[in-house]
Amino acid sequence: MKSTHTPRPPDHPDASAAGARIEVSGLTKRYLTPKGETFTAIRDVTVAVEAGQFCSIVGPTGCGKSTTLAQVSGLEHPSAGSVSVGGNLVEGITSGVSYMFQADALFPWKSVLSNIMMGPVLLGMPKRQATDLARDWLRRVGLAGFEDRYPHQLSGGMRKRVAMAAALINNPRILLMDEPFGALDVQTKAIMQNELLKLWEELRPSVLFITHDLDEAVALSDRVVIMTSSPGSVKDVFDIDLPRPRGNVQEIRHEERFLELQGRIWESLKDEVTRAYALTAGAA
Amino acid sequence: MTALTHSETRQSEKPVDTETAVKNAGRIKARRRSTSIWIGRIVLAVAVVGGWQWFTAVGWVDKFFFGQPSEIWDSLVKLFTEGTAFGTIWENLGVTAQEAFLGFLLGTLVGVVLGILLGSNKYLSAVVGPYIRIVNSIPRIVLGSIFIVAFGLGVFPKILLAAVLVFFVVFFNAFQGVREVDQNLVANVRVLGASPYQVAMHVTIPSAMTWIIASLHTAFGFAIIGALVAEVLGAQKGIGLIISQAQGTFDPNTVFACMVIIAVVTLFAESLINLLEHRLLKWRPPNRSEAQAI
Repeated sequence: MKSTHTPRPPDHPDASAAGARIEVSGLTKRYLTPKGETFTAIRDVTVAVEAGQFCSIVGPTGCGKSTTLAQVSGLEHPSAGSVSVGGNLVEGITSGVSYMFQADALFPWKSVLSNIMMGPVLLGMPKRQATDLARDWLRRVGLAGFEDRYPHQLSGGMRKRVAMAAALINNPRILLMDEPFGALDVQTKAIMQNELLKLWEELRPSVLFITHDLDEAVALSDRVVIMTSSPGSVKDVFDIDLPRPRGNVQEIRHEERFLELQGRIWESLKDEVTRAYALTAGAA
Repeated sequence: MTALTHSETRQSEKPVDTETAVKNAGRIKARRRSTSIWIGRIVLAVAVVGGWQWFTAVGWVDKFFFGQPSEIWDSLVKLFTEGTAFGTIWENLGVTAQEAFLGFLLGTLVGVVLGILLGSNKYLSAVVGPYIRIVNSIPRIVLGSIFIVAFGLGVFPKILLAAVLVFFVVFFNAFQGVREVDQNLVANVRVLGASPYQVAMHVTIPSAMTWIIASLHTAFGFAIIGALVAEVLGAQKGIGLIISQAQGTFDPNTVFACMVIIAVVTLFAESLINLLEHRLLKWRPPNRSEAQAI
């Protein structure tokens, strides 16, 4: 860790460590439907994300990718199995986690600066210090001068930058991203992917990244996990040995090794996607 | 090629002129539009009021039952200069406004608190939900009779009736507002370590505020109705009492005059609520509150 980046908030004991190792073992989550039936979202999921690793989860629609993330964050509790972060079992909300959703979860009634400030403020940082930190982050995502705007006054890409700054300002040990760029147009998406990689390389949190976009998964990640159709479990794990730093994600797509990996992963994913599609088509 | 250079030179010759011309044309168009709207409004008012006056003057409509604009004006003047049998008009208006305002405050307060509490507690809302729907479907205005029997002819039963009417409007909006909160936002702040109190202060209440403030417009109308109806049912002072007195003496003009007075008061209150709305909801995209403006 270089000295340039902002210090981790005081309540994180391991101020020097970057990301934390995430260990998911035998994770099963069942939901009770309003009719009283049980629905198994994920079954026996076992995944490990090394400290500071960028790991993507790819799988057909409705295979429980988001459910897995919710268990890691501690927002929900597993029906069976366990999640541990940095060697500690997750019970209640995991500390040092940030979430990023497809819909940018910004406060529409707060200015851009106040939105970014939320993380430190909730941790009890004094307001002035939090404001300075937020200004710094606004600059880092290239939005200096937009402090007083409201989210609805920004474009989709700018809102994503704000959400990214808000997610990273607490210098999280773990960054959970649930299809964060899914709703963006292709050009903006590529720009945001590059921005994300740049910031990730500075802070090195462990990342769990959900996506439907195989190119995105391969270009960004160290590890790609393929999940089966519902109820989800891990089908395959691929380690991506493309060199870091990756540089421009648009250019890396044409490299031979990239295409080879992408092809192998698609082979694995294809069956699941077809099966999931057949299931939904049959139900309709 | 020649044509291209030709047009280019022409453009560069006087681009400023054309731009200002376009701007001016737009401005003239907008001004014409707003003038025609105002002319339309005035014509409509003159047609309705003038038609009323004319029909009653000629005798096609009986002014004994339906009043007449000129006589309504006369009774308005009389109300303000001579007063009524129950004191000056200001005194009576003050009583009614006070009842409506206090009822509005009480109903809003209870509605917001209960709405947010029930909206954020799934178990409570499931238990109480059906009863609230039942209470909402009974004609609450009839409660006025009970309040007057129970609490007499004073100000209190009027405040109570106004508050009951206001309560349900505000309550349902607060309740719905809390349930419409963006769950991603809640998850986000919870992951960042927010306590339930912080979730309420930073997410739930600001988000429900949009719904609550939208309901205040309707709610104030209900507060006035509650106060007036309770006064008609039995009172010692107030605009409702003047109305019921005028009804007893077959005087439609005074009834209409009272309606005009109340309408002015409601419009004034409405503009105050608008002011509050603009202050509290200045973060909203501007086009969303447009429907409210009509």
